[in-house]
Amino acid sequence: MQFTGRRRKLTVHPQNELYGHCLQLYGQPPLENISLSEFETFAVERLKLLKTVENLGVSFVKMSEQYSKKLHAEISGLNFPFRPEKRRKDHISHFILRLAYCQTEDLRRWFIQQEMDLFRHRFTDLLPKDLLSMYHFTRISSRYWKRLMLISTFALVQVPFQDALDLVRTRKVFLQGGYAYIPHQDIVTIVLNDFRTRLSKALALTARSLPAVQSDERLQPLLNHLSHAYVGQDYSIQKNIGKVSLEQIDALSAKSFPLCMRQLHKALRDSHHLRHGGRMQYGLFLKGIGLTLEQALQFWRSEFIRGKVDADKFDKAYAYSIRHMFGKEGKRTDYTPYSCMKVILSNPPSQGDYHGCPFRHSDPELLKQKLQSYKLSPSGIIQILDLVKGMHYQLACQKYFELTHNIEDAGFSLNHPNQYFMESQKLLSGGKDIKKEVEMPQKVQENAAANGAITLFTSENLINFQT
Amino acid sequence: MSTSDYDPACLPDLLPLYYRRLFPFSQYYRWLSYGGVTKNYFLNREFSFTLKDDIYVRYQSFSTQNELEKEMQKMNPYKIDIGAVYSHRPSQHNTVKSGTFQALEKELVFDIDMTDYDDVRSCCSAADICSKCWTLMTIAIRILDRALRDDFGFQHLLWVYSGRRGVHCWVCDEAARKLSVAARSAVAEYLSLVKGGEETVKKVVLSDPIHPFISQSLSVVERYFPQYALVGQDLLSSKESVDKVLSLLPEDILCHSLHDLLNLYQTEKNPLKRWDKLKAVVHHKRATSKKGGQYFEKEIMLQYCYPRLDVNVSKGVNHLLKSPFSVHPKTGRISVPIDLRNLDKFDPFEVPTISLICEELDKPRAGEEEEDDTKDKENETDPGERRKIRDYKRTSLAKYIKMFDQFLDAMARSRKGEMLKKSDLQKEF
Repeated sequence: MQFTGRRRKLTVHPQNELYGHCLQLYGQPPLENISLSEFETFAVERLKLLKTVENLGVSFVKMSEQYSKKLHAEISGLNFPFRPEKRRKDHISHFILRLAYCQTEDLRRWFIQQEMDLFRHRFTDLLPKDLLSMYHFTRISSRYWKRLMLISTFALVQVPFQDALDLVRTRKVFLQGGYAYIPHQDIVTIVLNDFRTRLSKALALTARSLPAVQSDERLQPLLNHLSHAYVGQDYSIQKNIGKVSLEQIDALSAKSFPLCMRQLHKALRDSHHLRHGGRMQYGLFLKGIGLTLEQALQFWRSEFIRGKVDADKFDKAYAYSIRHMFGKEGKRTDYTPYSCMKVILSNPPSQGDYHGCPFRHSDPELLKQKLQSYKLSPSGIIQILDLVKGMHYQLACQKYFELTHNIEDAGFSLNHPNQYFMESQKLLSGGKDIKKEVEMPQKVQENAAANGAITLFTSENLINFQT
Repeated sequence: MSTSDYDPACLPDLLPLYYRRLFPFSQYYRWLSYGGVTKNYFLNREFSFTLKDDIYVRYQSFSTQNELEKEMQKMNPYKIDIGAVYSHRPSQHNTVKSGTFQALEKELVFDIDMTDYDDVRSCCSAADICSKCWTLMTIAIRILDRALRDDFGFQHLLWVYSGRRGVHCWVCDEAARKLSVAARSAVAEYLSLVKGGEETVKKVVLSDPIHPFISQSLSVVERYFPQYALVGQDLLSSKESVDKVLSLLPEDILCHSLHDLLNLYQTEKNPLKRWDKLKAVVHHKRATSKKGGQYFEKEIMLQYCYPRLDVNVSKGVNHLLKSPFSVHPKTGRISVPIDLRNLDKFDPFEVPTISLICEELDKPRAGEEEEDDTKDKENETDPGERRKIRDYKRTSLAKYIKMFDQFLDAMARSRKGEMLKKSDLQKEF
């Protein structure tokens, strides 16, 4: 690790040559020094961008005009437009996120999907003349571009037919002398396939070199947090504290709780107990909907003593952890309720657990039975199961929302259980403006919790960033 | 009479003669070695033999031409198939760790079988062929040969008569031999227009835009259609055949013009004119029809004439296919190369049988002996080899082996050209 002083130094390529074209394939990692704060900022901003890509892809048909317009706006809004200065950010942030997202199959899949969608959007934005300049730059690294021809404003790429099999098989392309001549708009599928294969291989390689990177203590916590990062509202500060009474919870669990919390609540009522994972997930959720510490203590206590736990044991063993959740013990960090991503990706449930995301972690057959017992329509259940099969767990939950609230379109993009609750309550109370202001953390607070937000590095040390 | 009355029972006597004195081993070896560019290419090639009494042996492999000769002369196979070049010697495949024995390369092959056209030919069926339906093979060869050369850029194609009812194409370019399963399947699908089995009535459906490949193929079909289909196959000459053609028309056009069309074969005697009338009637009705029928005449022609290939034969890298110059046990005919320069003149019934060429062996042609003696002294060939070369040359097999030689020469020239190009790039001298 080299410490070279405060200023950034560009080591190898002059910037305009490296970023001379507007769309990059991320073939080569950046070879410069950046500050830790820039490292983190870039990473968080790209993560926001990718999450936006994901959300837009859920709310609109991909590549439709609406989708493209919105994504275009978001990209500039998040400071990632095509201008040369920003391409450097694009380049570096991509590689930082590779570090964070290479570790598990789920993370890799998510990352590749969003990067591909982003790439596809940018690619189709390219004018033929930009394609030409991109070709010149990538010619050395990409074996695809045998020849790029420009016929007035219509671009064709000549590739060996073996590289365009899908187009050949269906006779969707002109062939001559063993080459396929692909019109600009069809090139994207081929380039995307190539992009996906390369990125997939690169992530596998990155995962192998990760231990070396993780041994740097400045990076390791950041990278861990990035992969579980939730960058929306964290529902940690509620102005409607105390507005929910304990008697309401049973009814609320059927009406306004997402399936995961409904499941946890039922398990708690049935067995008068929940294990740690369940207590954390459900307990924090309840905090998020407005339970006070006193209410929470009463709630858990009354339930647990109906089980095998007597009052004393509860006060000794469990009360402490509840107070801990509210930031009244130990480090006094005020933990934030788990986002969907966190519920889906971390701490999968094992035998005897009821936490996690039912759409992700339940056996589809059992899930189906449960939905049937909740009197959901058969066609609705089929739709949910299809989404589950396609691994769109949050969309499945959204569908569950729509079915249980009897509406066509949820009108929001689900990514947090407390968001589900909030939206449900909004809907059920006739959309009245409920006076809870949830603060949006612009930058991360210094007392942010380990499970939801990103810790800020205030140090000014420099690192030499290489993959 | 060139058949010389082949009798399958004589095969056990004829085969030893064929393999000892006529089979072109040196050309065969030359072919499958491909210039020795890749090490062990011949060594790792799989052959399979079908012996007397239908005994089938796979994973035969040989390290030299001599070994191949000796083995074939010993086993006298009734049928010979060629498979892929594997990662290891096929004869030792059992000793290789499971999973590592893999088919690596093979020629891209196509098999056109006349039985696949049974639903559209009226002259013959099943294994029978005649000069009338043979035109289908001519059409197939023209269309596929052009496409494989012009569209896919392949250059070294060996078309071979299968010996009974079809033709095979061996695409021997290096690029072709290295194709993956997916690529082979894509090529085969690109070339396929007739889709559907027993249950499908309408097997060809065209839609806009018409790919240039289809237009090119259509121009070949259109050339042969009148004589082959309308005259030769008596299309539109009976109620049944008219019904069959009509069944390919779109419903709504059919309803409106049924009466006119059904009387076609009665009111018009000339089959060519019948077709014109059919087209005219449908065109007229089509103006008022809402959907489809835009390319009906092209679709009909293609369904009756376009090549039908078995994708599965072409797809597999390890697929075994009948070897050129092998004998067809049922007909006795040798699988000989087809000369595309004289394609229209090719007659499958003139292809030499094993009995014919064995007979021709014993009948020396006049003046031949002296001529060959002088040649031998010039080329310094030994008597044994001389006799062998003389042998096939005096039979009807000669011209086919010459064709094969020319094919191999072209590949050799091509390889030389490639090497020169490579060394130029590397600036070697």
